[in-house]
Order: sequence, then structure tokens, then C-alpha cells
Amino acid sequence: MDQLLSVGVDGIIYSAWLFTAALGLTLIYGVMKIVNVTHGSFYALGAYAGASLTGAWLAAGYPPMLSYLVLFVSAIAVTLVVAPLIERGILRFMYAKDEVVILLITYALFLILEDVIKLVWGVNPYFVAEPYALLGSFSVAGLAYPTYNLILVALALIAGLGLMWLLHSTKVGKLLLAVIHDPEVSRAMGINVQRYYLVTFTFGSLLAALAGSFTAPTVSVVPGLGVDIIVLSFAVVVIGGLGSLPGAALGAIIVGVVRSASVHYMPQVELFVIYFVMAMVLAFRPRGLFSLAEPRKI
Amino acid sequence: MRKVAIGLALALIAPLTVAQNVKIGVVTFLSGPAAAPFGVPAKNAAEFMVEQLNAGSAPAPYNKKGFGGAPLEIVLLDEAGSTTTQVTEFRNLVQRQNVDLIIGYVSSGNCLAIAPVAEELKKLVNFFDCGTPRIFEDGKYEYVFRTSPTATMDSVGAALYVKDAKPNAKSIAGINQNYAWGQDSWSDFEAAMKVLSPSVETKTSQMPKLFAGQYNAEISALLSAKPDVIHSSFWDGDLEALILQAGPRGLMKQSLTILTTGETAMHKLGKQIPDGTVLGARGPFGPYAPNNQYNKWFSGGFQKKNQDLPNYASYQMAQAFLGVKAAWEKAQDANGGKRPSSEQVGAALKGLTFDGPGGQVRMAIGGGHQAIMETAYGQTKMQGGKLSVVNIKRYPAEKVNPPEGVKSAEWIKNGFKK
Repeated sequence: MDQLLSVGVDGIIYSAWLFTAALGLTLIYGVMKIVNVTHGSFYALGAYAGASLTGAWLAAGYPPMLSYLVLFVSAIAVTLVVAPLIERGILRFMYAKDEVVILLITYALFLILEDVIKLVWGVNPYFVAEPYALLGSFSVAGLAYPTYNLILVALALIAGLGLMWLLHSTKVGKLLLAVIHDPEVSRAMGINVQRYYLVTFTFGSLLAALAGSFTAPTVSVVPGLGVDIIVLSFAVVVIGGLGSLPGAALGAIIVGVVRSASVHYMPQVELFVIYFVMAMVLAFRPRGLFSLAEPRKI
Repeated sequence: MRKVAIGLALALIAPLTVAQNVKIGVVTFLSGPAAAPFGVPAKNAAEFMVEQLNAGSAPAPYNKKGFGGAPLEIVLLDEAGSTTTQVTEFRNLVQRQNVDLIIGYVSSGNCLAIAPVAEELKKLVNFFDCGTPRIFEDGKYEYVFRTSPTATMDSVGAALYVKDAKPNAKSIAGINQNYAWGQDSWSDFEAAMKVLSPSVETKTSQMPKLFAGQYNAEISALLSAKPDVIHSSFWDGDLEALILQAGPRGLMKQSLTILTTGETAMHKLGKQIPDGTVLGARGPFGPYAPNNQYNKWFSGGFQKKNQDLPNYASYQMAQAFLGVKAAWEKAQDANGGKRPSSEQVGAALKGLTFDGPGGQVRMAIGGGHQAIMETAYGQTKMQGGKLSVVNIKRYPAEKVNPPEGVKSAEWIKNGFKK
């Protein structure tokens, strides 16, 4: 029973982290039909900004409790500088091109941003361990978990529920749904589609940066950080269905819990199990668990 | 016109009269999670060595300039990327850049892939860091060498240390990366523990993928299992992430934890590593290095140049340069003072014994292609705000390395006998 509980807690923590990272990817795909590889770069940028600014904050002797706010602000700051630059400077000229071409363009941007990160931050690791241990621990089934993990869960919940509310309960969200449904008709109806693309790309990238920034206290922030997360995020959104928010949530929970169960009960299959689940889902539902019916366009 | 022709002829001949540079390909991680703890300290060591050797500033017998008087130049290559990329880049180094020899490779997977290609291209390669013993146990090479000891030494040394530090340990568990290095390290450690303490029980063996970064579930599994001893050969950013995530959860306090490559993290994450953690340095390097003239020269010079202490990757790189230099000059002497060929340098390096900042290195196994050394382990203790190692125990080379011609796994399984 205790082990089942810890499988659940570990699974939820991992799912929350993964969901925050994958949410922006599925949002950008849903609105802009871009499989955005630069998402990994924003995760890394968030981690670097979070680690360096929070590190500087703590080194200057400012209150450690405010370091969580610094993590948040640093993710926003780095996204507001880089995301609009990429969307306005490059991507907006590519929307007419095939999805595969845009995928390659975002991959090229990912490689460029990897080098930009090295130019700005160098190759030495950044550590900012303090926020992880600062809030103490809570205990489940006799195991200690840093309370910091609850911040990750809260972040995922706020991001997911907030986005659902925004899409379905606000005017802006409804207009965005119209853009998702048919950008051309939306444009004809007077919606500034280009502006929605800019906002969506920036907001989606911000979610990746937030995931990176709040991961920074638990890892060594080094070049290449954004590579693995992009693969895992793709697994999550493919399981859930590209462009589906509930799908991303379910995909993250499936991946998190299945991985956690395998670590506890069969660690030798941990690597295989995530992709096995993905293969099974695709075998029976090739467009993912929450794929939506698409209107036929004549 | 005649003068011009003579001038041109002289210009063409002139370079031949100057000792031709020895062009060395140096391959290590310059980006990615392994760059900071391994690649960059190793690159810094390579640059330090070239500077010192070209100036003839190393202690005797390494005080002849360059290699036998020929100045050294290095071509740096990033080890990051897939194994396929590394094989392609290796071919480029040999066939396009025309390097004379290659010193490099941190990843065991890359070493296993590069060895047959080096053999095919007949180019001398000295692996400076990778640890898998399979290279010379499963293959026979003429051009491939490794002047650093294998992972077997680390694992057997770790088991011997556990036996000394916690003789009544009844259970073990592991967390290692899921590829050649992690699997070999764990299987050697587990087998060695079962020989030293036959009743020891394995509680769990966690094998997350390389660069996974998130270990909450693995740490929970280890905490639940409550083993007496935890073994980890994690390295690079993974090691640092494990320390950062396991520290606040008390994992390293609950069980005697052995981090076989832990020395690379001790200076950066000193505050996060609790007292009593067992740290390895993959040989007598860093805090375990002997107080000899080579160590004083290397450690002091490196620190002065880089404002940072050399870690074991730096020591291994320095050792790799010194081994090849000793062999090159031995081969050059045997060749009547003329520049030796790859084959001649290889023949000289085979079975060579030389001294370095980590002490004596003997190319004693793998048909004379694989080094053995003594090793050491110790436990961490925070002293005066700095993490140091205490309770250091040293194990002679023969006690932690298999004899010539015997595979590591068989040697351990047979109770460290032939």
C-alpha cells in the first residue's frame, strides 16, 4: 500500500512537470499547426534565466522566500525578449509553407538557440539549489518529499485550468477557438489572426520557460538541457492527441504514472515503457486519445 | 627569373628543415551535460599540457620540448552528439585534418564505436577517460590504447571500501545510467560485493536513461528499499541532479552512498553532499593524487592557469599526453632520432610503465594496451566550509584489476582469481 502511494506521488510530481512543459507545445500546435522544436530551447532558456537570476538574487542577500517570484519573473522576462523576436522575425514569413518545412525551420532555430545559450551563459553549469530545500519536506508513506514539488503541481494545475478557462470562458478565448477552427474565415470576419499567433507563440513558449525555470533548482543547468524534454513532450502530446489540452493532461498523467510504477516495480523496463504506451495508443488511436473530429473543407 | 625560381625552391624546402608539428586530435565534450564536469576540465588540461610540453617545462623525463622536439598542436573536437556523428568526425580528423594521433573520448559508447574505426584507418588513438572494460576484453587492437584504468577498478575498489567501512552491510542497491558504463559498473560492483559478502542482498537496481535529469521516483524506490549501501556511477549533469534531488530527501544519510565519480562534483556541490558519502575519482586523482613532483607541477600549474582545481578528467588527460609522449620519444630513439610512425609509437606504448601526476601507470593488461593503477576511496567531511575527504583507503593495482588475459566479470566471479 505504501509503495502504491509513493508510485502515485512520484507519478503526479513527474506528470506535473511534464504537463507544464508539454502544454505550450500542444497549444502552439493547436492554434498555429506548428510542431515547434524550439519549445525545448525555451525550456532551457527558462532554466538558465531562472538559475542565473535567482542565483544572483540569493548571492546579493535578498530574501530567499522571494526566490520563487524571481524564478517566475525570469521565465517571463526571457520569453518576452526571445519569443516575439522569433515569431515576428522568422516564423510569420513561414506560415504559408508546409508543416514539415516549418518543423525543419524550428529545428534549425533550436540548434541556433543552443549555441546562443552557450554564447550567453557559457558551458559551465549553473546551480541554484536553495529554493528546492527552502520550504522543507512533507511525508507520504514514510518517504520525505521536498514541499517544492507542490509548487510544480500547483504550477501545472494553474497553467492547465487557467488556459481552459481562458479558451472557453473569455471573449479572447472564443476568438482564439475561431482562429483554431479556421484562420482564413476568422481573418475574413475581422479577427487579427497574426496578433493571435504572436500571443499564442509567446504564451506557449512562456509555459516551456516556466517549466524550465522551476526545474532549475533540481538540476544542473547545462547546455543540452532542452533536448530530452522535447522528446518527452512530443510523447505526451502524441498520446493525448496533438492540439488537445485535456489530451496533454491525460498524456502527462499516463506517462508519469506508468514511468513511476515501472521504476518501483520493474526498473529494467523504465526506458521502454513510455514509448510502449505511446506505440499502443497510436496503434489503436492513431491521432491520439483526445483527437478531435476535423471539419472537411471543400 | 632565376632568382625567383631559387626563392620559390627555398621557400618550398624551408619548412622541411623545421621539425614538423605533431598534430593531435583532442576529442572531449565541449557542450552538453558532460562538458562542464568532464569535457572542459579535460580540454583545459590538454591545453595546459601542450603549453607546458612545447615549452619543455614538465619535470624530467618529460622535459624535452613537444614530442621528441617536435612541437605539439591540437585540433579540438566536441564529443557531444550521437555515436554515429563521432565515428564520422573521427574519420574527418584522420582523413581531412590529417592528425598524427588522437587522444580523447569520455563516453564508453563512443570508445566502443571508435576502436574498430581507428584500427581500420591505422591511426593511433588513446582513450583518456572512458571506462568500459569491454574494449580490450572483447576486441584485439594494434592502434588503440587506454592510459586510464577501467570501470572494473572503480567497482571492485568501491566494493572493497564498503567491506572496510561497513563490514556488516547486508543489502545493496544501485542507481546507474542505462548504457555500457552504468551497466558494467553496476554488474561489477554487485558481483564483487557478492564475492566479498556472499549473503548480501540486492534490493533494487535503478537504470534511468542517460541525461534523464528527473530522479524523484528512483530516489523514492531507493528510500523505500532501505539498503545499507547505494552504489552509483552517475557522472556529468546526472550526478549533479542526483545529488541536488537526493540531498533534501535524506537518501545519502540513510544509506552509505558510494559515488564512484563523485570527485567531479565535490568542489561545486560541496554543501549538498552530506558527510560520510564515499567519493571516487576513478583512480588516484584529485584529492587522492600522490604527493609527487608530477602532481605538484600539474596541479599547481593547472590551478594557476585556470583558477580552478583539476578534477580527475583533467588528470586523466594529462596522463594520456604523458603516456604518448613517453612512447613517442622511446620510439624516436629506437628509430635513430627520426620521427616515428604510428606503428612504432604503438609498439613503444605497448606494455610501457610511466609516471604521472596520479602515480605509476602500467600498460599491463589488454595485451599491453590497457593501463592499471592503484585506486583510492574516501568519505566526505565538511571542514572549515570546504568539503574534503577523510578515511582514505588505497588499494594496489593488482587487487582491483584483473590479471592479463582474464575478463573482468570472470575474474570477479571466480573470487578475484584467474
